[in-house]
Amino acid sequence: MPGLGTSFGRGAATTFQEDLQNSDCILIMGSNMAEAHPVGFRFVMKARENGAKIMHVDPHFSRTSAMCNEYVPIRTGTDIAFLGGIIHYILENDRWFKEYVLAYTNAATIINGDYTDAEELGGVFNGLQREERRYDQKVAAWNYAGEPKQPKNQTDQAIKAQSFSERLGHLENPVPPQDPTLQDPMCVFQILKRHYARYLAEKVAEICGCSQQQFLSVAESLCANSGRERTSAIVYAVGWTQHTTGVQIIRAAGIVQLLLGNMGRPGGGIMAMRGHASIQGSTDIPTLYDILPGYIPQPATMRDHGTLKDYLKQEEVSTGYWANLPKFMVSLLKAWYGEAAKKENDHGFGWVPRIDANYSQLPAFLRMAQGKVKGLFLFGQNPAAGAPNAKLNRKALMQLDWLVVRDWFEIESASFWYKGPEKPDPKAIKTEIFFLPAASNAEKDGSFTNTQRLLQWHDKAVDPPGDCRSDAWFVFQLGKRLKKLYAESQQKRDQGLLNLTWDYDHDRMQELPDGSLSKIIGEPDMEKILKEINGYTVKEGKHVAGFSELKDDGSTACGCWIYSGVFPEPGRNRARSRKRDAQNPTSPDWGFAWPHNRRMMYNRASADPEGKPWSERKKYMWWDEAAKRWTGVDTPDFEPDKPPSYRATNESRGMDAISGDAPFIMKPDGRAWLFAPMGTKDGPLPTHYEPMESPVPNLLYPEQASPLAEVFKDDLNQLAMAMDPEYPIVGTTYRLTEHYLSGPMSRFNSWLNELQPEMFVELSPELAQQRGITHGGWMVIWNKRAAIEARAMVTGRVQSLTVNGRTLHQIGIPFHWGFAGETVGSMANDLTSMVADPNVSMHEAKAFTCNVRAGRVGDADVADKFSAWPTRAKSPDTPESDQPEGQAI
Amino acid sequence: MDRPLEFQKQSKNSIERERDPRNQPFSANTIAKHSRIHDATKVHSVCPYCAVGCSQLIYVKGGKIIDIEGNPDSPINEGTLCPKGANTFQLSVNPHRVKQVMYRAPYSDRWEPRDLEWAMERIAQLTKEAREEGFVEERDGNIINNMPNVVSLGGATMDNEENYLIKKLFNGGLGMVAIENQARI
Repeated sequence: MPGLGTSFGRGAATTFQEDLQNSDCILIMGSNMAEAHPVGFRFVMKARENGAKIMHVDPHFSRTSAMCNEYVPIRTGTDIAFLGGIIHYILENDRWFKEYVLAYTNAATIINGDYTDAEELGGVFNGLQREERRYDQKVAAWNYAGEPKQPKNQTDQAIKAQSFSERLGHLENPVPPQDPTLQDPMCVFQILKRHYARYLAEKVAEICGCSQQQFLSVAESLCANSGRERTSAIVYAVGWTQHTTGVQIIRAAGIVQLLLGNMGRPGGGIMAMRGHASIQGSTDIPTLYDILPGYIPQPATMRDHGTLKDYLKQEEVSTGYWANLPKFMVSLLKAWYGEAAKKENDHGFGWVPRIDANYSQLPAFLRMAQGKVKGLFLFGQNPAAGAPNAKLNRKALMQLDWLVVRDWFEIESASFWYKGPEKPDPKAIKTEIFFLPAASNAEKDGSFTNTQRLLQWHDKAVDPPGDCRSDAWFVFQLGKRLKKLYAESQQKRDQGLLNLTWDYDHDRMQELPDGSLSKIIGEPDMEKILKEINGYTVKEGKHVAGFSELKDDGSTACGCWIYSGVFPEPGRNRARSRKRDAQNPTSPDWGFAWPHNRRMMYNRASADPEGKPWSERKKYMWWDEAAKRWTGVDTPDFEPDKPPSYRATNESRGMDAISGDAPFIMKPDGRAWLFAPMGTKDGPLPTHYEPMESPVPNLLYPEQASPLAEVFKDDLNQLAMAMDPEYPIVGTTYRLTEHYLSGPMSRFNSWLNELQPEMFVELSPELAQQRGITHGGWMVIWNKRAAIEARAMVTGRVQSLTVNGRTLHQIGIPFHWGFAGETVGSMANDLTSMVADPNVSMHEAKAFTCNVRAGRVGDADVADKFSAWPTRAKSPDTPESDQPEGQAI
Repeated sequence: MDRPLEFQKQSKNSIERERDPRNQPFSANTIAKHSRIHDATKVHSVCPYCAVGCSQLIYVKGGKIIDIEGNPDSPINEGTLCPKGANTFQLSVNPHRVKQVMYRAPYSDRWEPRDLEWAMERIAQLTKEAREEGFVEERDGNIINNMPNVVSLGGATMDNEENYLIKKLFNGGLGMVAIENQARI
C-alpha cells in the first residue's frame, strides 16, 4: 500500500479497529463496512453511540449509509476530486492544525526550484514521457531543494513501489531546508495551496454529482472534529484501491488526516479494511513478485544490484529506520540459505532471482494468454471468475501446459475446460490439470495477519479428510521432491535450491487438541517455520526477542524482520497469546501486532513536540521526564528513550537522523509527507483524473485519465474511449455480506446461498424506466469486453446523479457469481478490464463504462456475439414487485 | 500438548457451578440435560473470510468438528460473527468438498481420481522440466537467475507460514519470479 507507505512510512492500516470507537467523526469512503466487514463496523457503531458523527460517501446506498448520520452519493472514481476539495476547504478556511503540521509534516520543506506543478501544465507534472507512460525524474524535479533531482530509489515503471526502499525515499540531508513561516513559494505548504486551489466546492459537486451542501457538510464535520481535543478517522477498502488512481486516492486521504492532525492519535488515523483473512500477511511475507519478506526490494536488473554490496548501497536509506536494511537482508539470506550463506559468497545473494520485467498478476496472465507460460500453481485464488477481465483469464488458463489447483471445491478455475460461457470443447484444450484438495483452516496450525497488522494463531482442530492437505504440506513436500530431483546437480544455478534450509518436520507425532495423534504424514511443524520468520541466532539457534537484535554479519537469521518478536522464546508464540487486559484497551496480549506489538503506528504523534499529550481527552503516549522514557497504553513507535528535545543534524545517519519531535521514524526526515518527493510514480500530489473508461470529461484539467496508467493490449481487453456514446453508463462492482469474492468460499455453501441465492444488478428507477427494465426481470449489461445477464434490482439505493449538467446513471454489480457451485450466474468480472495503477498494478474494477437493456443475452442484435450464461432454460422466477420502492434516503 | 487445558478447566468449573442445582431453579431432569458442545474439545481458531480477524471456537467431538462459534474473549468480535463467519462450519464439513486428488489429462473430457503421491511426483517433474527449459542465468551481462515461465497465484487466504514457504521455495530456491496474490496494493 504505497499510498500509506509514501505518506507515513509503512503501507498498512495505521490504527486498529477497536480504536475507531474513540473517534469523534468517521468518514467511510470507498468501503461498505457494515456489509463487507460487519463485525469491524461495531466499533463505528460504538463511536456513534458515544456521539460521533459518521459519514458515508459512496456511489451505492448500503447498510453502511443507513447507519450513518450522513450519506453523500458520488460518482465512482471521483474520490480525488472530493478529497482534493476537502484539502482546499481546510487550507482556504485556515482549519489546519498548525503545531502538528509544522512539526510533524514536510509542510515547511522547500522543493527544488525547477519543479512545475500540474496546476501549470494542464494536469500533468513536468518530465512526462507520454509515450513511455512515465515521468523522467531528472526533469520532474519533485525532490527537496539541495537534493539530487533524480532520487536514488525512484525506479522505472517495471518495478512497483511496494518496497520500503522506494516508498520511503532517500535523502542526503535529513534536515532539509525549511521555511517555518510557510511563506516561501516553493515550500510544500504553498505548493499544496496552489495545487488544490481549483478544487472548489462547486467543482466538486459538478464532478462528483453530489450537492455543494453535502460536500461542505462532510468537509466541515471533519474540520470541526479535529484538533487538540478531537480526532477524526477515515475508513476505506477496495472502493479506493481498485482504480488507476488508487494509490493517489489514499495519498489524498493521508494529506487530509495530516493537515487535520489526526495521524498517530487515538480515534484518528486511516483504517484500511482489507478483504482476505491474511491479505496483510501475504503482503508482509509477500507472495508478490517485487518484494522479499518485510518489504525488502526484490533484486532487479534495472537497478545496480550485481553484488550484495551494490544492492545495499542502492537500496539503503541512510537516515531513519531503513538504515538497518543490511541487517534485515543478510538475516533473510541466512534464513533461506543457512550455512551456505557466507560472507565470501555474498551470503548467497546471487541465488536470489532478479526481476527484469513486471511480473505482477495482470501482465503475467496476459503472457499466459499469449502462450508464454507453461505452468501455474493456484492457491485459493480463482482467476477464471474473480480476476479483472475473467474471460481473458479463462483463455489464459487454456493456454497452459499444466495447472495445479489447490482448493476445497471444484471452482471455476478447475472446471473452465468443460464449462463456462464460452462453452469450451475439452478436446481442444491441452491443459493438464491437477486438483489437489486443500485442508481448511480448521485443519491446520498457522497464523493470519488481519487488517490491523495483528497476527493471530489458529490451532489445528482435526486432521483434514482424505487427500486434503495444508498448503504448507504441499509446498514442503514439493520442495523435498525437487531437492531430491536436483540432488546430483553441480550446476551453479541449482545451488540455491540445494542449499535452501528445509527442515520443518515435526520432531514427534503431532498431538491434536482432543488428545489423539495426527495421522497426516509429512505435515511441517508450523512453529518451526514461525521461529524462522521470527529470527534466531545462527550459532545457538536461540530465538531473537525482536528486530533490534538482528545483525548484518551473518550471526542471525530472520525470515521476515517486521514479524520479529512474535516468537521471542520457545513456548511463547505471541500470535497464540489470547489474554484480554481489562485495564488496557489496546489488548497488548491478544495476538501480536507488527511492528514490535505496536497497535497504533506513529503514536509518538499523539503527544505534542515537547512530548506532552495534545489534550487530556486524547492522551495516548507521552514522554515521562522522570523516567526518561516514552510511556502510555501502547508500545511507543519511537526509540523508547529518545527525548523530545533531541535534534538531528545533516551529518546524522541511521536513527540519529530522526529528531525527538519527528514521529515518522521510517521516513528519511522523520516527517510525514504531504508532498511526496519520491515513492509514487504518477506525481508528488494527488491529482484528479477520470477512470480509463468514463462518460465524463475531466472537468478540472485537459488531461483526461492518468497518463501513467498501465494498459494491456489484447483483443479481449478492449477499452471504450472516453465519452463513447455507446457506453454512457458507469458500472461498479461490490461485495455482499453473504458471499465472498467470486464464490469459492460461499457458493458451495447452502446456508449462504439460501440467504443470497441469485446474481442481480442494482439500477435506479429512472434508468429502469428509460430502458423498459422491470424489477425482478432480466437485463443485459454489455460493454466492449462482454455481455452478461442478471435479474434487475430496481432500487433507490442507486441514484442517478447530475454530473456536468447531465443526468448520469450508475449501476451496481455484485461480483460473486460464476459457473461452479450450488448457485450460478453471470460474472461481473467479464465486464471489468485489465488496466492498472502505475504504482502497484492494481486493476480498475470499481469504475468502467457499459450499457444496459431489458432481456437476455443473445436475444438482440447488439449482443449476439456473446453467448448466454448460465443457461437459456427456465430459471426460478423472481416475482415482479408491485410494491413501489420507498425513498431510500 | 498444553494447549486448551487451562481454558477448558476454567470453563468446566464455571459450567459445573452453573449446573449446581442449588444455583438453578431447574428440575433434576433439566439439570441432567446439556448442550451438545458441553463435553466437546474447544479449539481456538480465526475466521478464514475477511480481514477483520474474528476469533472463533471450534468444537470437536469424536474426532469431528461439530460446531464453530465466535469467541467471546476476543477484543475484536467479542463472540459475534457475521453471516459468512457463522458459515465457517460449512467450509470444513461440506458435501461438495473434493477429498481425493483429481486429474484431467490433456484434451481429456473427464476427471480421474489419482494417487496423491503420483500427483506430487508428476508436479515435481513438470516443475523441473519447465525450469530446465525456462531458466535464464544472465542476459546482457546481468545476473538474472530466474524462470519466468511458471506462475504462482494466491496467498491472501492462507497462513503466513504458508506464504513464507511459497516465497522461499519458489523464489529463493527455484527462481520463479511471477509469484502473486490478491494483495496487489
